[in-house]
Amino acid sequence: MNRVSIIRKVNGPVVVGKNIGVFFMGEMVKVGEMKLVGEIVSLDEENVTIQVYEETTGLKPGDPFVGTGRPLSVILGPGLIGNIYDGIQRPLGKIEELSKGFYIGRGIETFPLDDEATWEVEMLKKVGDTVEPGEFYAKVRESESIIHRLMIPKDVRGKVIESAKSGKYRVKDVVMVVKDEDGEKHEIKLYQSWPVRTPRFYREKLMPRIPLITGQRVIDMFFPIAKGGSAAIPGGFGTGKTMTQHQLAKWADADVIVYIGCGERGNEMTEVLTEFPKLVDPRTGKSLMDRTILIANTSNMPVSAREASIYTGVTIAEYYRDMGYNVAIMADSTSRWAEALREISGRLEEIPAEEGYPAYLSSRIGGFYERAGKVVNLNGSEGSVTIIGAVSPPGGDLSDPVVQHTKRFVKCFWALDRDLAYSRHYPSINWLTSYSDYTEDLDEWFRKNVDENFSKYRKRAMELLNEDDRLQQIIKIMGEDVLPDDQKLVVSIARMIKVGILQQNAYSEIDSFCSLKRGFMMLKIVMDFYDRAVEFVKKKVALSQILKEDIVETMMRMKEMIGNDELEKFEDVRKMIDSHFEELERIYGS
Amino acid sequence: MAVREYSTVSKIYGPIVVVEKVKEVSYNEVVEIIHDSERRLGTVIMVDENCAVVQVFEGTEGLDIPETRVRFLGKPLEMRVSKDVIGRVFDGLGRPLDGLGEILSSDSRDVNGSAINPVSRIYPRNYIETGVSAIDGMLTLIRGQKLPIFSGDGLPHNRLSVQIARQVSSLKEDFIVVFSAIGLKKHDADILMKGFEEFGVLNRMVVFLNLADDPTVERISTPRMALTVAEYLAFDENMNVLVIMNDMTNYCEALREISNYRGEIPGRKGYPGYLYSDLASLYERAGMVKDSSGSLTQIPVLTMPGDDITHPIPDLTGYITEGQIVLSRELHRKGIYPPIDVLPSLSRLMKDGIGEGYTKEEHPEIANQLFASYSRVQDVRAIASIIGEDELSSVDKSYLKFGERFEREFISQGFDERRSIEETLNKAWDVLLTLPKSELTRIKRERLEDENAGKSEPDES
Ligand SMILES: Nc1ncnc2c1ncn2[C@@H]1O[C@H](COP(=O)(O)OP(=O)(O)OP(=O)(O)O)[C@@H](O)[C@H]1O
Ligand SMILES: [Mg+2]
Repeated sequence: MNRVSIIRKVNGPVVVGKNIGVFFMGEMVKVGEMKLVGEIVSLDEENVTIQVYEETTGLKPGDPFVGTGRPLSVILGPGLIGNIYDGIQRPLGKIEELSKGFYIGRGIETFPLDDEATWEVEMLKKVGDTVEPGEFYAKVRESESIIHRLMIPKDVRGKVIESAKSGKYRVKDVVMVVKDEDGEKHEIKLYQSWPVRTPRFYREKLMPRIPLITGQRVIDMFFPIAKGGSAAIPGGFGTGKTMTQHQLAKWADADVIVYIGCGERGNEMTEVLTEFPKLVDPRTGKSLMDRTILIANTSNMPVSAREASIYTGVTIAEYYRDMGYNVAIMADSTSRWAEALREISGRLEEIPAEEGYPAYLSSRIGGFYERAGKVVNLNGSEGSVTIIGAVSPPGGDLSDPVVQHTKRFVKCFWALDRDLAYSRHYPSINWLTSYSDYTEDLDEWFRKNVDENFSKYRKRAMELLNEDDRLQQIIKIMGEDVLPDDQKLVVSIARMIKVGILQQNAYSEIDSFCSLKRGFMMLKIVMDFYDRAVEFVKKKVALSQILKEDIVETMMRMKEMIGNDELEKFEDVRKMIDSHFEELERIYGS
Repeated sequence: MAVREYSTVSKIYGPIVVVEKVKEVSYNEVVEIIHDSERRLGTVIMVDENCAVVQVFEGTEGLDIPETRVRFLGKPLEMRVSKDVIGRVFDGLGRPLDGLGEILSSDSRDVNGSAINPVSRIYPRNYIETGVSAIDGMLTLIRGQKLPIFSGDGLPHNRLSVQIARQVSSLKEDFIVVFSAIGLKKHDADILMKGFEEFGVLNRMVVFLNLADDPTVERISTPRMALTVAEYLAFDENMNVLVIMNDMTNYCEALREISNYRGEIPGRKGYPGYLYSDLASLYERAGMVKDSSGSLTQIPVLTMPGDDITHPIPDLTGYITEGQIVLSRELHRKGIYPPIDVLPSLSRLMKDGIGEGYTKEEHPEIANQLFASYSRVQDVRAIASIIGEDELSSVDKSYLKFGERFEREFISQGFDERRSIEETLNKAWDVLLTLPKSELTRIKRERLEDENAGKSEPDES
């Protein structure tokens, strides 16, 4: 069938062409002499509208465009791990070679996976077996930390009539042939393709009940997220969204990380690329890059590919979920994605809703976060996709439509605060406006795996912080001196919690990651200190005696002094506090 | 592609000309608009089977429908590049203003640039000693970084940018400064040029001038010309290049004006929805790349309308750049120069470019401590203004004293004063020791106990 037609109009990334009756919605097209990649986003009898994923300079009316007859798709198979792609899954490493320089060339056609590399494939099915979509039929060691389980593609169901022996194969080699009920034969290769905007299938969604441990105290201890959950990190510029996402990508106990740099800085992706291969995954002892996939569609790359990058990322994440892995996606920033939607919508002359965003903004955001979840896969294994999206509202103002719509679909809200960031309180997650709807669902896990009293301590610390906030209002008007000693004590302990526990320097060698046990020990020391201090305040002992300088300083500095693998040293801190109170007891005893 | 000429102009409005019955016209192509004997430049911003919509850089003043001819040149807007641009002065479209003749070079580059592949970037790590304490000590500028100055009307951003340009261009790393004046008042531009001349740095500079009475649309091309030259010098000629773009607010105003004429749906405060992407297409041209030992550092300067940091121009800039240097009216009133308010300021790349092996081992701790302590000063001052200084605790009083010294001795420095990194850090130590040692929780204990604390030896390298 002839799928060649001509361009009628060029308006930035939106191109209108003549409809010759063969095109379909979502079809991938190649535009102009340079064969720029595009997708059909609307059709009528006369025209098709194409969203072009590359810079359109030089295109002109009369130039040809060609339909490929396929939807815009993601290629899934071994070789994804450790790779870096643009928003429509073009491998940036290969693009560098083909562009012969450091600028991204246009119209470069290349397969997303390395089709020369050979993989050691262990076949799991033999001739005569019946197979169905999603079933594991072979496995490959993809990286030091990931076994890639190859799955039967969708729509393939039947008997294996040919199967290769276990051995070395390339991704495009046919390793199996399946004959379906209608007698049609399907060749199975090491890769499959999946339409970029369609969620992958699963059998059943489960309640997430296990936390994703991030190593960041304020998150794990106060606003935890579940494996299979969703979270938003809203905040103005420079408040720490990217740092938080990088910290999670480094330390979270997920099996696979998909990091999407969506309309953000080039250097931030370069940083991940240079740093991650050198960092060691604390759980596997292997390089962090061995579990990481990067999607980089930076702010200066074409805006339409930015729109697609989110879907490319989440589809890849679901593919690894289907293998039974816990996958975490970081999307930085979903606001840039929403703006891409807005820009394209404007060029399509759609009627805008609030702030110029299209009316479907909310459903698109919902559709994205809905793809998070803990599920039973088609093959019976269990896996999860956790989505953590940064949101960059104008002026840091949380009434922004993207923040508001996002809030409806996520269960964790880690609100970054400009004032905290200005005073260098990092992570600048505001403990009063942030929340997690998972705390109760995860309590049982924390009780069993960390400490029987975990949630009790958390609750009390939160209460103390709330009380402190109330007192801070008074202090602002009248100074701290007007407070009675018991309230002054609250303010001092709250300061210890803020500085000693909530603050966590990402650049600190000792404290960048904090285990749950260690975090809990720190909190317990401070809260137990508080309980005993209260007793002495009641006895009218001067605060300066109770809050002895070196003890307070130790509690604020212990995060920098005691590492994750020397928890026994907290015993020394305890002893120091014990003898302090014994001393007080001796002097002021009953 | 062949040059084609049409006299089928059907509409002129704002900076826009619509040409009918065109053939073979491509998106983003440059055109020449000829009227009488005058030639202006423009680009194609939309094209369909019948007509091309052209944006005219020099504005449409004086054009009419019957007499205007439009020549399509078959290529995007370009700038000739060569090392000979150094020491030269151009207008916003890259035409010489200094009477020294055209740049002779067969190498022309599309001024819109292309996206640098993140895989081909080198993560920037080497610091630039600007000689300004507030910057070097707390907001360290890194080679390849984009670090804007957020200022306000009447604040001394021009002075500061001249001081930086001057001090950087005489560093031993051979810096070339590309200065792009965007919509500056004649008076300000004269002061700037005089400043450069006086210090004899013009021969290490490339200047692009678009003044307040030059056509608004030309402000769109001015920074692009500058960045095209800068990319060439940095990545082809392996030079260290510092680009100063002043004032980006004028650039954004120009963009808004054109968007308005085109009838686009306005975003916040009337600025187009694509302002973020458009600014990114300029700011992201900073960096370092593989296979080149050069670097392209940017200091965009902008004036915040109404001193409002949440205004779309500083806001979207801050979302793209790697930090910001914020000038404060309050410090300026106090007579502090440079009036840099460090608290809302930030250098995101400094973390990897300071400390052992880069500046001084203790640098990160000192910077952290200065931030933490100065932020506490703000709280103490607020309380002092209510209950009176006398009622403050002795620790709080030491914070007030520290705050004063920090502003008067550390932040404040002369326009001609250039401080080495050692001087900057020594001053910082000295000022910090106004506080009791127990307050210095960001400094390692060992360092505090060290008697020689505060006396770092100058490096002889
Ligand atoms: N946990 C942390 N530890 C230490 N420093 C931090 C931490 N979080 C943030 N910072 C500091 O804040 C700076 C800004 O953080 P980041 O780049 O993540 O901001 P952002 O919210 O992503 O901003 P933008 O929206 O402009 O991208 C960092 O460069 C770093 O100096
Ligand atoms: Mg960020």
